Amino acid sequence: MILSGGLRVALRIFTVVVLVVIYVPLMLVVLNSFNADRTFGWPPEELTLAWWELAARSEGARAALWTSVQVAALATLVALVLGTLAAMGLRRTKFFGRNTVSLLIILPIALPGIVTGIALQNAFKTMLGIDLSLFTVVVAHATFCIVTVFNNVQARFQRLGGNLESASMDLGAGPFTTFRLVTLPMIRSALLAGALLAFGLSFDEIVVTTFTAGSQDETLPIWIFQNLFRPNQAPVVNVVAAVLIVASAIPIYLAQKLSGGNAEAMTGAR
Amino acid sequence: MPNAISVRGLSKHFDDVRAVDDLDLDIADGEFFSMLGPSGSGKTTVLRLIAGFEKPTSGRIQLGQEDVTDRAPYARDVNTVFQDYAIFPHMSVRQNVEYGLRVKKVPRGERRERAEQALATVRLDGYGERKPHQLSGGQRQRVALARALVNRPKVLLLDEPLGALDLKLRREMQIELKEIQREVGITFVFVTHDQEEALTMSDRIAVFNEGRIEQLASPVELYEKPASTFVAGFVGTSNLIEGEVARAILGEAGRFVIRPEKVQLVGPSEAPSADARVCVAPGVVREVVYLGSTTHSVVELDAGTTVTVAHHNFDRSIDAALERRDQRVVVTWRRDHLVSLGGSDPDPVASPEEETA
Repeated sequence: MILSGGLRVALRIFTVVVLVVIYVPLMLVVLNSFNADRTFGWPPEELTLAWWELAARSEGARAALWTSVQVAALATLVALVLGTLAAMGLRRTKFFGRNTVSLLIILPIALPGIVTGIALQNAFKTMLGIDLSLFTVVVAHATFCIVTVFNNVQARFQRLGGNLESASMDLGAGPFTTFRLVTLPMIRSALLAGALLAFGLSFDEIVVTTFTAGSQDETLPIWIFQNLFRPNQAPVVNVVAAVLIVASAIPIYLAQKLSGGNAEAMTGAR
Repeated sequence: MPNAISVRGLSKHFDDVRAVDDLDLDIADGEFFSMLGPSGSGKTTVLRLIAGFEKPTSGRIQLGQEDVTDRAPYARDVNTVFQDYAIFPHMSVRQNVEYGLRVKKVPRGERRERAEQALATVRLDGYGERKPHQLSGGQRQRVALARALVNRPKVLLLDEPLGALDLKLRREMQIELKEIQREVGITFVFVTHDQEEALTMSDRIAVFNEGRIEQLASPVELYEKPASTFVAGFVGTSNLIEGEVARAILGEAGRFVIRPEKVQLVGPSEAPSADARVCVAPGVVREVVYLGSTTHSVVELDAGTTVTVAHHNFDRSIDAALERRDQRVVVTWRRDHLVSLGGSDPDPVASPEEETA
């Protein structure tokens, strides 16, 4: 596209401003995790690794981290199975409600977390009579984690068309062999990209989690939220936040690389 | 000769559309059989029905002696070469070719040997370790062919396999395909919309129109003796002479077809007189089109129709033809070159639209 010189400069400045607004605060968090001053005075007078040592020894932070990893892994697993099945089901059938079903699957990612949270809490407690626990958190997270897997797999199916599987059947392979030797290898990277995004979504979820977790269950975001305003815990929170920034950048970067461009991978991100 | 494929009363309806309409068809063992027709004429649907990708609305399909109508694609002894080749992109050329043998649990050693053979048949020796994305369109087409041939199916189905290739490569592959077919002796069922391709390769051709076969004949018969206006128009260029024009020029009513290369163009003074063996019609040259090996002249006849006259450019110069533009000429042809399409009734297929139009 050919742009006039003035427009090009304006776009460049605009891009820089946006990136600065996003990333300077994040860098501040990382920097403050080394700030010797307990009240995070600016500019930092002295740097220290003390907070990092303290955080490494924090039982609460470690337990919360482990809980979050478990919840995210399970929610991702559920999303992988159900999301793939949904994408395959909608692809093979041509019933007229197909677009409606597709919309209904994608919708949870757009619903406000607080609505999803309240609705699920109600359903679990009053309708189903299930006590809130990590299990209910996993189910709640899976409702929106499915979307990333479903979107990625569906986009891949659309790009591939159906002839590869027809060819496999034509060459004598039954449906299961075809899935194992042709379908799965073709959607593997889409599955991985969807799974990484799903994991990321679940890992930092706080709103839905608040409504669906039992009183004793503490995921990492909830732990951070509860410790943020305790003066002696603030430095540790900073360290945990710094770790999370790095940890969440990796899956997004991988997901983008795997799907060969951001268009496909990011369609499910919120 | 025994039949490789027998189709009886085969129909496939998509909602209201009759893609295939009550089709009967026998394809002989070892034959190179083409299904020719415009897009939407049902030829590809017939192929997909034989392969098992579509379920017929009604009718039976027999492969050899076996009724396969209700069998899944993987339980039929046919293989398909797809229009887009459908080569598995995550496998090497060899893995692609071995695929059919692998899923049938053929031992590794035999698999390898047969894959090598198949690759040699399509002139791709030594390409086994390449990945599909490293191949050209023509090479991918050959891989698809090898992947199908390696299974030694009773019948090989080819769905416009040359459609994506450029003209020169397509011509080469046409001849090569014919050679390969003769070599392996497998029945080929070839779908194409390119009449020249069908004429070049086939033992027999079925011309499809609106889900039915208009004519089933050898290439020569199809070209020299088209059975309907549709076939005459679809296979090669033809001049249609009918109604009043036929009465005026030929002295009899009816519908007739004459091929452009069978018509001669002479000056008014050199014109022969019409008799029982020669037809003569005066007119004016409206357009002269130079096509390299031939020149086409479009002549508007006084009798009220236009005919195309083709002549080979034996001389370097076509000035003589070009000078005839807007000149009065006489076109002549031998009466026995005329093909009669029967009575003067309008084409039954096209009639409803024509009457309301």
